[in-house]
Amino acid sequence: MALKRKIRELQKRREKVLKGGGDKAIEKQISMGKLTARERIIFLLDDDSFNEYDLFVEHEARDFDMDKKVLHGDGVVIGTGAIYGAPICIFAQDFTVAGGSLGLMHSRKITKIMDHALKMRMPLIGINDSGGARIQEGVNSLAGYGEIFFRNTLASGVIPQISVILGPCAGGAVYSPALTDFVFVVDKISKMFITGPEVIKTVLGEEISMEDLGGAKVHSEITGNAHFYAESEVQCFEQIKELITYIPWNNSRKARAFEPKDPKKEYKIDDIVPDNPKQPYDVRDVIKAITDDSVFFEVQERWASNIVIGFGRMEGQTIGFVANQPLVLAGVLDVDSSDKAARFIRYCDAFNIPIVTFVDLPGYMPGVDQEHAGVIRHGAKLLYAYSEATVPKLTVILRKAYGGGYIAMNSRHLRADFVFAWPGAEIAVMGPEGAANIIFRREIMGSDDPEKIRKQKVKEYKDKFANPYVAASKGYIDSVIEPQETRKLLLHAIEVSQNKSSAGPKKKHGIPPF
Amino acid sequence: MKKWKKKEIESKPKFKTLNIDGTCYKTNLISKFENRKKYTVPDAKKIISVIPGTIMKVFVKEGQKVKRGDNIMILEAMKMQNRIKSPRPGVIKSLKVKEGEKIAKGVLMMELE
Repeated sequence: MALKRKIRELQKRREKVLKGGGDKAIEKQISMGKLTARERIIFLLDDDSFNEYDLFVEHEARDFDMDKKVLHGDGVVIGTGAIYGAPICIFAQDFTVAGGSLGLMHSRKITKIMDHALKMRMPLIGINDSGGARIQEGVNSLAGYGEIFFRNTLASGVIPQISVILGPCAGGAVYSPALTDFVFVVDKISKMFITGPEVIKTVLGEEISMEDLGGAKVHSEITGNAHFYAESEVQCFEQIKELITYIPWNNSRKARAFEPKDPKKEYKIDDIVPDNPKQPYDVRDVIKAITDDSVFFEVQERWASNIVIGFGRMEGQTIGFVANQPLVLAGVLDVDSSDKAARFIRYCDAFNIPIVTFVDLPGYMPGVDQEHAGVIRHGAKLLYAYSEATVPKLTVILRKAYGGGYIAMNSRHLRADFVFAWPGAEIAVMGPEGAANIIFRREIMGSDDPEKIRKQKVKEYKDKFANPYVAASKGYIDSVIEPQETRKLLLHAIEVSQNKSSAGPKKKHGIPPF
Repeated sequence: MKKWKKKEIESKPKFKTLNIDGTCYKTNLISKFENRKKYTVPDAKKIISVIPGTIMKVFVKEGQKVKRGDNIMILEAMKMQNRIKSPRPGVIKSLKVKEGEKIAKGVLMMELE
């Protein structure tokens, strides 16, 4: 039978290509502690859900003897599948084939699956493991990167885009992950930089290891380029799967609703926040005290941890949380924390996720380093993101809300839909100590016992202004509530915000302080 | 569980103090904050590299008098030969770099008297 023979030929061809760079290269990949491209996809996606396309694509390069080289799949695997039933477009660079280097056909496979994801409005996951541009293909490989960046930008805010760095990702290649919503890194495996250690050494004479320059820890703790850090590839895949459950498939949908659950009883919301505004506590306990099953899925846990961002559910619905963290740097706003929260707010806004903000901060961080690092511009990102967002925006002031920090943390003035305050809230221009020193400077300086008068004046100020009732009397706060009532009131606020309409003036787009 | 935690916070001395607008808060500090560069007033007599690179040529000697704008050295960085000029008139107190030397950013290259 002719057909049978042809089927056998297809099977043979498939088998050959599925071996990627061959046994030796696969062995090397394994010895580096890495899985192969197809293994990664299979681990990540639902069982038997993956279908691969463009298996037989070949490169067309002719220079530098490239015409004699066969590169299976041109070093990248593309396809569609599912994660917990959510449809997924995926590509994974295959390091065993020419080091996963990006040539023209390699990039065309990636852009094909990107176009598909955008057209079908489904999430896109990109697994990066590549030595960089395929030098032999010259400007064609640069063109390939450019085509990818353009599509990343086009798809931004329309479909979720997730980048997974499971190997080197260097030079121009880093800009695709940087343009996507969430970047996942794995300890000892991920390496991201614009110029590698060798170039830095020859040009600048500075010696640094790949790990210290752009390893997983660097990007999850220092640069903020990565959003999730894992110890192993398998743990990383679990994190990706969990993230997928919290986000919608595209910007015209809502995230899937899960079965509602009560918070766990051990999170006693009345006992978490100390009375004394100078004492620290972990604000994540407050979040866990109101989320379903007390689960909080934190984003960028290790970077700028003076602000906490992440997802949780209330009555089964995804909520984006933003909260000052008194446990770290007293929860101040600074360059990094403003940057971190602002981007997350824009993410939630783009994907129809209501935002709940918990406020407890002493203000913006003072210091020359902050001023010179542009805390004005970066701090403004937060104001811009909150003001611009049109999803339901709810605020709970837990304790301190001083100065510019009060305004920035989704205040009524930036069009929060509901602002609640706990009875211990202090809404003021600054902390009592600072305020008393300025307002009563003359009395304090002119007295025989300045320390005594200072203390007296601080107390006076505290008694008068360190409470939520001044702000409540002006209507800046809608309701002073008992901590116990927080979850119930937030749920009610979300319920009544379902049909929120807040059309601003018509414009092409604003000019955020990037 | 919470009571235990509160107690722990009060009894553990590991928290540091952070002064914001006159109020001292108990909190944890992060390495980025602790390693931040302390600001120092720039000294106009000290000529410091603003970019890492290689000293290609030194035109002056110690003890030499220079006018404002005199060429002092060439610092090659990022494939560009940058001419370093004297920012003010004076006498060269000390030269800290030699021709052919690779230097980092922020290195003291020369001091005027």
